[in-house]
Amino acid sequence: MKLCINKLTFSYGPISILKDVEFDVGLGEMLSIVGPNGSGKSTLLKCINRILKTKNNTVLVDDQDTCKMNLKELSMLMGYVPQSSSSTFPFTVFDVVLMGRKPYIHWNISERDNEIVADMLDYLGIGHLGMRHFNELSGGEQQKVIIARALAQQPKLMLLDEPTSSLDIKHQLEILCMLKSLAQSKERSVIVSMHDLNLASRFSDRMLMLKNGCIFALGTPEEVLTEKNIEAVYGIKANVSTSFVGKPQVTPLMNETDLFSHTKLSPVLEQKH
Amino acid sequence: MTTKAELTKLYNKGKKRKLLAIFSVFIAIIIVVLISISFGAGSPRLPEALQVIISRTFPFLNLDPGSALAQTIIWDIRFPRIVLALVAGAGLAAAGVTMQGVLRNPLVSSYILGISSAAGFGAALAIVFGIGVISFVGGYLVIGNAFMFCLLAMIIVYSIARLRGMSSETVILAGVAVGFLFSALLSLIQYISPDSNAVTAIVFWLLGGLYTATWEKILICLPIVAVTIILMMTQSWNINIMSMGEDVAKSLGVNSKRVLTVNMLLETIATASIIAFTGIIGFVDLIAPHIARMLLGSDHRYLIPCSIGMGALMLLASDTVARLIIMPTELPVGILTSLLGVPFFIYLLVSKRRRSFG
Repeated sequence: MKLCINKLTFSYGPISILKDVEFDVGLGEMLSIVGPNGSGKSTLLKCINRILKTKNNTVLVDDQDTCKMNLKELSMLMGYVPQSSSSTFPFTVFDVVLMGRKPYIHWNISERDNEIVADMLDYLGIGHLGMRHFNELSGGEQQKVIIARALAQQPKLMLLDEPTSSLDIKHQLEILCMLKSLAQSKERSVIVSMHDLNLASRFSDRMLMLKNGCIFALGTPEEVLTEKNIEAVYGIKANVSTSFVGKPQVTPLMNETDLFSHTKLSPVLEQKH
Repeated sequence: MTTKAELTKLYNKGKKRKLLAIFSVFIAIIIVVLISISFGAGSPRLPEALQVIISRTFPFLNLDPGSALAQTIIWDIRFPRIVLALVAGAGLAAAGVTMQGVLRNPLVSSYILGISSAAGFGAALAIVFGIGVISFVGGYLVIGNAFMFCLLAMIIVYSIARLRGMSSETVILAGVAVGFLFSALLSLIQYISPDSNAVTAIVFWLLGGLYTATWEKILICLPIVAVTIILMMTQSWNINIMSMGEDVAKSLGVNSKRVLTVNMLLETIATASIIAFTGIIGFVDLIAPHIARMLLGSDHRYLIPCSIGMGALMLLASDTVARLIIMPTELPVGILTSLLGVPFFIYLLVSKRRRSFG
């Protein structure tokens, strides 16, 4: 599978979100999208799987225009994990993962669908949660369930929107290792948006740095995570060293007064009750 | 750690439990039907009643249908009323459960979506002024008008919601607004009506009831309800997935706007074809789905059939009590659905550990 993004432009009414974004993702690659809040990371992911509509010929999978595919065909190609999930009505974890089989089933689920669901739960180490209710799980557990659902779609491309932002450090590492191994199996590609530059650096093959809806830098973590780029995109002075695992490691250099220069408290906050 | 085989086994066990719940509801329906045909004004009890029903349902068996009096009481009065109660309860509950599902809101009912008020207005218009959108003969003027105004309300709600991207919030708010509009118009008609008999007739219509049941009405109502229910059931997977939100639904290949439109149409047709005949029967479409959800969870493949059974059961039980409680006269069924349904619902609400919504 080869994903090709061609001059992708998107706006919400008059507010332009993405401008002329162009990049390729090859089979087995893990690409992370980084950038400040509001730089268009989530929008870019939603444009790729057509939750948001863009013009013709902007998103190509193996040279086929995704605009010409229907939602069902697209859902067999791409799995999507949103930033957070909740369900209005209670569903068990098994039922939620079974929803990932929707593109393949009509009414009755086959033994094969059941097997795939059980398999995905087992793969993510959440088999014991199968009969629990989704809304009663912790954030980390829910994230794994949603990833299992996306995997049950048997997609060629996984899109994940900040999958680690609400997780503790162990869950963060676990999930990223798992995504990395998914990509490395050469069966599919992974695109993941992230805030944590050091985690992105450690786990991604390439990184895409967005600034105000445009690509600011695209390349290996070493190429993207430079002191100059970080200052230009985030407005933060940082030191980039080499980490224990041989990847760029970002340490912000600014002290408290550089970051928040109001030496005097707001009168509202000083008031005593 | 739960192994894969165990997991599948657990899931299949859960499936059996759900099927058992549905089965129990339908057994309960049969019991209430047997009770309901055995009691009421007139002498026929269970054996005569069954004799009449079997011989009249299967005329080719050439069985003795019993006395003419028993035949009239059972075949022309009690039995059509029971059948209409089952059809109406089933249809209203099916409409309620699917709309709650697609709009992702546990408070949705035909009241909230403006359909009931529109039906009331349409009926009142016909009762007071004899004006119909389409002219039917005789008593069908009121029925036809109530039906057409339900559709009209749905079209207005749909048009408003479409302007704002068909989000579930807009559908609900537009429904509430349209409902208020029609109830204001209904009050206006009642206020300015020169004929006090007509106002009484409106009040009776609004209370709803199954006492006007005839086979003719059932023959119109039943096919419409049956077809819409089957079509709603084909939406089960789509509705399940919409529970996770619009974006996720899209990423799983479900066009939630289309599913919402289809279901709005089905729900309105089913509800309209029922309340046009029965008058406004509220509460069943709101509560039956919740009771079903508490029994077996939110998987609409099982939830829709269970709600249908629960709706039919609730309405038939309420109507049977309404019919028998102060013989020889009777109470409006709408009062009984609430009086019987609310305590049961509150009991389930406080006794269940899990919340069945949200």
